[in-house]
Amino acid sequence: MKVRVHVSLKPGVLDPQGRAIQHSLEGLGFAGVNDVRAGRLFELDVEESVSDAALDDMCRKLLANMVIENYRIEKVTV
Amino acid sequence: MAFNAAVVTFPGSNCDRDMVVALEKVSGVAPHRVWHGDADLPQGLDFIALPGGFSYGDYLRCGAIASRSPIMQAVIKAAERGVPVLGVCNGFQVLTESGLLPGALLRNAGLDFVCREVSLEVANAQTLFTGGYEAGQIIRIPVAHHDGNYFADGATLDRLEGEGRVAFRYAESVNGSARQIAGVLNNAGNVLGMMPHPERAIEATHGGTDGRTLFESAIRGLMDA
Repeated sequence: MKVRVHVSLKPGVLDPQGRAIQHSLEGLGFAGVNDVRAGRLFELDVEESVSDAALDDMCRKLLANMVIENYRIEKVTV
Repeated sequence: MAFNAAVVTFPGSNCDRDMVVALEKVSGVAPHRVWHGDADLPQGLDFIALPGGFSYGDYLRCGAIASRSPIMQAVIKAAERGVPVLGVCNGFQVLTESGLLPGALLRNAGLDFVCREVSLEVANAQTLFTGGYEAGQIIRIPVAHHDGNYFADGATLDRLEGEGRVAFRYAESVNGSARQIAGVLNNAGNVLGMMPHPERAIEATHGGTDGRTLFESAIRGLMDA
C-alpha cells in the first residue's frame, strides 16, 4: 500500500523559508503570490496489514513535530 | 565525592569534545563518553550533557532522529528522576524534540547561519545552572546555529516566563526567537536547553570566560547538595 503523508507548518508558525520562496517568485516576475508555506511530503510503502492507527502513530511520533506541524495521511490507490 | 558526568555523542555531534574539556577543566574529573546506540547510562550520574553539532545530519528535523535514539530513552528516564541535563545548540533541539522541554526551534528568521559571540541577559539567576550569575547580568557567549529561532504558543511562553523558566534571553537581535528566548528550563528545573555555547567560553584564550560560570554553578550546586 502506498501512503503519502503531507506535513505542513501550523497556521501562525513563522515560515522564513516560505517567505524567501515567495520573494524569489516575485523576483522572477510572478505577480499575485500572496503567501508561500513550505511543507514536506513522505511517500511510504507499507504492508496492507498496517493499521490506520499505526500510521497515525508514525506521524505523531516521528514524521511530524506536533508542536509546530500538522499532518495529513493520504492513501494512494493505484 | 567526585563529580560524575556524561557527555552523549550522536553521529554528527561536533561539540562533544569541547563539552568534555569544559566539564573536565571546571570539575577536575573527566566525564564519561556515551554513544547514541548505548542503551544505558553509567550508574550514579550527577550530570548529563547533550552537545552541539548536526546529529544524523539534521535529517527530518534538527534533533529529531537523535531524540528517538536508544540512549535518549535512558536520558529521558534519568531526567525524569531529577538528574540535571544540559543541552546546548543541537542538544537543545534534541531536548525539545524529545519532549523534555516545551517548544521547538525553527529556522533562523533571517535564514542565515549565525556564528558569532552574542550578548545574553541572565533572565533567572536562581537556577541550578545560573546561580553564579547576577539576575539581569549581560554575558557574552558564542552562538553557531541555523535553527535557533525558539517557538512556542503564546500560552506556553506566558507560562515559561511566569514560572521563571526562561534562563537566558538574547540582549540583541540574533535569530527571531519568540520573546528573545535563548535558553529554557523544564518544570522541575533540572533540564536546561540553550542555543549559545557556554563550553566555548571557559578560558581567556577563548576570548571570554562567561560560560565557565554556568558549569561552576551547576557543579557547585550539585556537589554541595
